[in-house]
Amino acid sequence: MIKYLLSRLATFVPTFLGVCIISFGFIRVLPGDPIIVMAGERGMTQERYETLSRQFGFDRPLPVQFWEYFTGVLQGDLGRSFVTNRPVWDEFFSLFPATLELALCAIIFAIALGLPAGIIAAVYRGKFFDRALMSTALVGYSMPIFWWALLLIIVFSGNLGWTPVSGRMGLMYFFDDVTGFMLIDSLLSGQSGAFKSAVQHLILPSIVLGTIPLAVIARQTRSAMLEVLSEDYIRTARAKGLSPGRVNGLHALRNAMIPVITVIGLSVGTLLAGAILTETIFSWPGIGKWMVDSIFRRDYPVVQGGLLMIAVIVMIVNLIVDVLYGLINPKIRKR
Amino acid sequence: MSLLTIRNLSVEFTTGSGRFRAVDSVDVDVRAGEILAIVGESGSGKSVSMLATMGLLPWTATVTADEMSFDGRDLRAMSGPERRRLVGADLSMIFQEPMSSLNPCFTVGFQIKEALRKHTDLDRKQRHARCIELFEMVGIPSPEKRLSAFPHQLSGGMNQRVMIAMAISCRPRLLIADEPTTALDVTIQAQILDLLTGLQKETGMGLILITHDMGVVAETAERVAVQYAGQKVEDQPVADLFATPHHPYTAALLAALPERATEKRLPTIPGVVPGQHDRPEGCLFSPRCKFADETCRIVPPPVQPRPLGLARCHYPLEVPEGVVPAKVEGASA
Amino acid sequence: MADASSQIASTVPTRRPGRLREFWTYFKENRGAVMGLYVFVAFVCLALFADLIAPYDPSTQFRTAILQPPVWQDGGTWGFPLGTDALGRDMLSRLIHGARFSFFVGIVVVVVAATGGIFLGLVAGFAPKWLDTLIMRLMDIVLAFPSLLLALVLVAVLGPTLLNAMIAIALVLQPHYVRLTRASVLNERTKDYVIASRVAGAGPLRQMFLTVLPNCLAPIIVQAALSFSTAILDAAALGFLGMGAQPPTPEWGTMLADAREFVLRAWWVVTFPGLAILVTVLAINLMGDGLRDALDPKLKRS
Repeated sequence: MIKYLLSRLATFVPTFLGVCIISFGFIRVLPGDPIIVMAGERGMTQERYETLSRQFGFDRPLPVQFWEYFTGVLQGDLGRSFVTNRPVWDEFFSLFPATLELALCAIIFAIALGLPAGIIAAVYRGKFFDRALMSTALVGYSMPIFWWALLLIIVFSGNLGWTPVSGRMGLMYFFDDVTGFMLIDSLLSGQSGAFKSAVQHLILPSIVLGTIPLAVIARQTRSAMLEVLSEDYIRTARAKGLSPGRVNGLHALRNAMIPVITVIGLSVGTLLAGAILTETIFSWPGIGKWMVDSIFRRDYPVVQGGLLMIAVIVMIVNLIVDVLYGLINPKIRKR
Repeated sequence: MSLLTIRNLSVEFTTGSGRFRAVDSVDVDVRAGEILAIVGESGSGKSVSMLATMGLLPWTATVTADEMSFDGRDLRAMSGPERRRLVGADLSMIFQEPMSSLNPCFTVGFQIKEALRKHTDLDRKQRHARCIELFEMVGIPSPEKRLSAFPHQLSGGMNQRVMIAMAISCRPRLLIADEPTTALDVTIQAQILDLLTGLQKETGMGLILITHDMGVVAETAERVAVQYAGQKVEDQPVADLFATPHHPYTAALLAALPERATEKRLPTIPGVVPGQHDRPEGCLFSPRCKFADETCRIVPPPVQPRPLGLARCHYPLEVPEGVVPAKVEGASA
Repeated sequence: MADASSQIASTVPTRRPGRLREFWTYFKENRGAVMGLYVFVAFVCLALFADLIAPYDPSTQFRTAILQPPVWQDGGTWGFPLGTDALGRDMLSRLIHGARFSFFVGIVVVVVAATGGIFLGLVAGFAPKWLDTLIMRLMDIVLAFPSLLLALVLVAVLGPTLLNAMIAIALVLQPHYVRLTRASVLNERTKDYVIASRVAGAGPLRQMFLTVLPNCLAPIIVQAALSFSTAILDAAALGFLGMGAQPPTPEWGTMLADAREFVLRAWWVVTFPGLAILVTVLAINLMGDGLRDALDPKLKRS
């Protein structure tokens, strides 16, 4: 197990280095002068160009620039935003709880519905349940979520008026950030109605963001269950006279969970990518919207830093998934 | 008293390119305390008929039979829970691949205790004690330690012993062993066979041994049923079968044994077992039979009477004096 | 001993069907896949003959009919069966022309991503360990970024056009092909037929492209179908964010972006482009599932 962990960590380091190089090199190596690109169509004076060039260290050789960038990253220095002049690191962590809250709710929604759907479909394979659930899952899997969000807004915000269209919290409530999670902070504030408002704001974005992971989890659970159900040891379990509930729910599910957990872990990347669209549509003040806004503002230190941070988060989650994988798979655990 | 009686059992699978008949009107009889061997090449339907008996076939299979009873109880009429009380307790089975037949996510101890919990009234401590006793019976050294091992930590031979321990844990009256030694090293094969026959003598259970190895049959079985392409082609006590095979297929199988070879080159049976798409019209063995004539190729053969080993053949071999072979109406010799 | 001709005569003439026939038999069994195929064929026809089928030019503005609802709603006319958008352009014509862009995106992305990915995957599967590790680490790095985010940043750097969006999407989809190809190459290489071909003196290139690659194609074909739909979705998402095709291009995602402000006023300008994306992507995914079931022997019914 320890050896397994170490080998996982060993691949983490070069990948991290590579991610740094990519986020560093993006603006510099690709065609076009980054400072001109940043200025956009407005253009700039020669003087301002040189000031900026010096400020970003573009006048020095690339390896030197990278070394400074890399050592800065290791100390949590991602540069300052072009627009707000606040450190990118601080901006990231002030917005991250919003995205985390949304992503957690979305993945809970996806697992809570996707796992049972996949198991039921596998057990009743070929029957009505299976067909209905899997057709629905395929529609969810094919869904352009930005359109799905608009549809939900038309129905639930427009026609029914149940949910607000944007933001995290009703305008009449004010309270301090404690955890950064609106669900918890609104409860801590003790203001009546604040929690309800938080839930109402959260519900549509969570559904939108959770839709594709939900479909992926349902499909993966079904196919993993089907594969496991055809294994010899399932026949052995049935030959012992165990009930179908125990065979499916214990012997099969335990083995099927191994690939399913991997898929849940991998959907974190999908969630973060989906958050870009979801947060933009619902004006959710999180990392995704921040990235999109920064790209349009050509706030290049933010784009660079945000890209790096998101990649690192995906890598850390994948590492956790690998460890979990080792824990539930005795072939790795007991080595 | 017959323990297991099966009459006219057929199993069909639905496949992408039509229906495939894996077992074709097979009869099986096993008495209590008897060792029956079912012999045949791969694809002869010998495992499938036993899996059908256990109720372990996948959903694509359709099982039909005129009679299917265990100890006088009709297996076909049983409800699911009723059948599951029988299967694993009175009627148990071990499989060909010990490595993949045990669940990799659980310890072997857990997997045996699970069967005990389902079928006996033993409490935790007694179950543990019974497991250790079982492991000693099947010859697993240091049972205490091995109980908490995962299947991938044990060798194939050890896993097969675990499978046997699991199968006999609830004192079955009939044990079906489906090629229990095929996946094992030759040196281990003999040990496992000795173990099985020893346990059979000790407990007095019936034993069905599915194999393709005539050597194994000669050493262990009392009676032999030969299966070919889903049909039973011959059924005799082991000594008689080796002495006077009545079906040409049996004769050819025996002639292919190295111990019986008379020439320098080992005789072989030309061709392969027919599959889904090349099933002959008449006798299924006719394309490979050296005695086959036009009748054999067109008319399905009759089942000969008991003195002729129930051979499914138009022209049984070694017909004793005074026995008249059965003929099919309209078949001209 | 019976002679050969009589042996053949005595077998029932249900020969084992050919590979393509067998594939079609399995594919046909999956009704969803066949339906998906029909929709896909219709989609391809729309894309190819958009100029002939569409009633109007997609960018002609009818100033007298702005935001006109579809024909079955009050105020709709047969002149514009699916209504018009905020500039008075015919929705139906724009949707039909949109199929052309989506199809183009799908084809280009799949060809670029698959060619590069298969080649890298083959090389990784046959290369010495250091090169293999290098290629796979590079792919890990690309995969560490959420694909849409990476494509978004790439397009932002390259400039927001449909062509750049396709390049970006092809780049982020490529690692999947590399991983898939390498995995099946490694799996095939241990098999006896590959060892036999090596013993027979086949050179590395022959082994790579003639011996091993044809046997790895099944999962790659399935992946191609699935990434076709991913490409359409991602291109639409980029268009929606304003980083793909630019207005007035009748690309479905771009049309949705234009329609956002009318969400609560004119449902049809929002609903139809999204529905077009969903139906196309769904049809391709249905087909992909059918392909997988028909090509993957492990899931075949035994």
